[in-house]
Amino acid sequence: MNDFNRNPLIDLALRLYIVLAFAFIFAPIAASFVFSLNVDRFPSLPLGGFSTVWYEAVYADPLVWEGLRNTLVVGAVVSVLATALGFGAAYTDFRYKFFGKPFYLALALLPPTIPVVILGLAMLAFLSNVSLSGEVHSVIIAHVVMCAPFAMAICRLRLSQMDPSLEAAAWNLGASEWMAMRHVIVPFCRPAIFAALFITMAVSFDEFAVSWFVSGLHETLPVKVLGFLQGQVRPRINVIGTFVFLASITLVIFAQILLMKRSSLPKAGSNAPELVP
Amino acid sequence: MRKSITLYGLTFSLPMLVWQVMFFLAPLVFLTALSFWTVRNFRVEPDFNPGNWTKMLSRGVFWDAYVRTLLLSTAAAVVTSALAFPCAYGIAFKLSETPRRWAVFLMVIPFFTSYLVRVYSWQIFLSDNGIINALLAKIGIGPFGMLNSVFGIMVGYLTLSFPLVVLLQLFSLMFIDRTLIEAAHNLRCSRLRTVFEVVVPAAKVGLVIAALFCFILTFGDFVSPLYLGGGDPPTLSILITDTTKSGQQWPRAAVIALTMIATLLAVAFAAVTYAYRERGR
Repeated sequence: MNDFNRNPLIDLALRLYIVLAFAFIFAPIAASFVFSLNVDRFPSLPLGGFSTVWYEAVYADPLVWEGLRNTLVVGAVVSVLATALGFGAAYTDFRYKFFGKPFYLALALLPPTIPVVILGLAMLAFLSNVSLSGEVHSVIIAHVVMCAPFAMAICRLRLSQMDPSLEAAAWNLGASEWMAMRHVIVPFCRPAIFAALFITMAVSFDEFAVSWFVSGLHETLPVKVLGFLQGQVRPRINVIGTFVFLASITLVIFAQILLMKRSSLPKAGSNAPELVP
Repeated sequence: MRKSITLYGLTFSLPMLVWQVMFFLAPLVFLTALSFWTVRNFRVEPDFNPGNWTKMLSRGVFWDAYVRTLLLSTAAAVVTSALAFPCAYGIAFKLSETPRRWAVFLMVIPFFTSYLVRVYSWQIFLSDNGIINALLAKIGIGPFGMLNSVFGIMVGYLTLSFPLVVLLQLFSLMFIDRTLIEAAHNLRCSRLRTVFEVVVPAAKVGLVIAALFCFILTFGDFVSPLYLGGGDPPTLSILITDTTKSGQQWPRAAVIALTMIATLLAVAFAAVTYAYRERGR
């Protein structure tokens, strides 16, 4: 830290500003939790009274359960597929140089920068043209496109901490490429792979726009929330929001713990990532 | 390095390529083709019909929405950057190691909470008899109509992009060479002048990229303008959802989408060129 020439007043003001910023970020999340336990149909102050009536309403709503089932199925399949694709692409970037690599990386990393309405429209039009839209697998297809880049980034970061000569050493000791992958690369990347599984699942859990376009009748939970937002049964949003928040945050904390662990592991080497044997 | 293409190498590289070509590139290419197709008897048929383009691009409604979306997103990029900078600056320079790590962790959390739920929550805050007006009434002012206004849209846009902008700014600020700042202080440069003439230029690339991401995110968002801004008059993204969901006018929605992509590419190119331009003296 640069502790020269400090002005305690400015420091205090900046710290206060940071606290305010976090208040702005977490106010809607906290309010959603508080009002999920409030009896009023139109949430406002003063609070109407403690009640679990909205929880019961959500619990009794078969549409919510169906949405939840779709969300879980989609999330589970997407996380596995996206992590597999992402790990493969990260390894490719780590190990190989080839013609057209910038194009390859652009394809692998660009999807999150395309606005979701555009992606949703393109997916809907394309998938219905090849008769793949309006099903659970349509959402899976779309979510893998959107989540794989995150998995790739996570695995790539981990690989950049690996000494490239580790793999070469395994080959010199007689391991085949496959054996080196299984006994050197994958174990080294394991925390990142699990983190990628959790993160992609969390991203899929919260995605509503593209799902809304392509899911047809097989709506996921966030799409149901979008429906509630347009309709009249709105306090349920708070209940679902609270649940989704807890689920996502659990996943993120798992991922965080896994990623934190790596900093305590002995580093194999801090060479530049683009070194290739 | 082995040059030959092996089964081993393809096993890891091909899946991503195949998937993204099939389900990312192909839909975008198809969208371009679709913009020339014709709707007949409520069905979309292959055609080469520039009529969708001429019809959409000659409509006042479209251009109104275009200009409004552009202005809103530009405003969001400027406002968010300005509001995020003191926060990123404080985290980068005024917090010690452990609190900083916590701050980064807390900034990441919003990405994994439902944006829809947070927007709904803002409705509870901003509506005419919502939380903020209830609090203001206690000290005898208000009520203010905050929902269904540009202010509401901006609150939504901030909810969407503020954490990302702070993180991107933070990463560029943390890599600034601290000796530059020390040198400025030693040369009797005032605090504010140091910030604007040393810190900001040194972090310029990151700051511009952060603003660009804010622009991209808000340009394509339909939730805030719809549920916090009232949706009327519409933005481009609302036009797309309306046109798509209310019938079979997909080719026209495709025209809007492609215009948006073209705009985003132009803005991104301009921003990146500006970010990496050498500072003239």
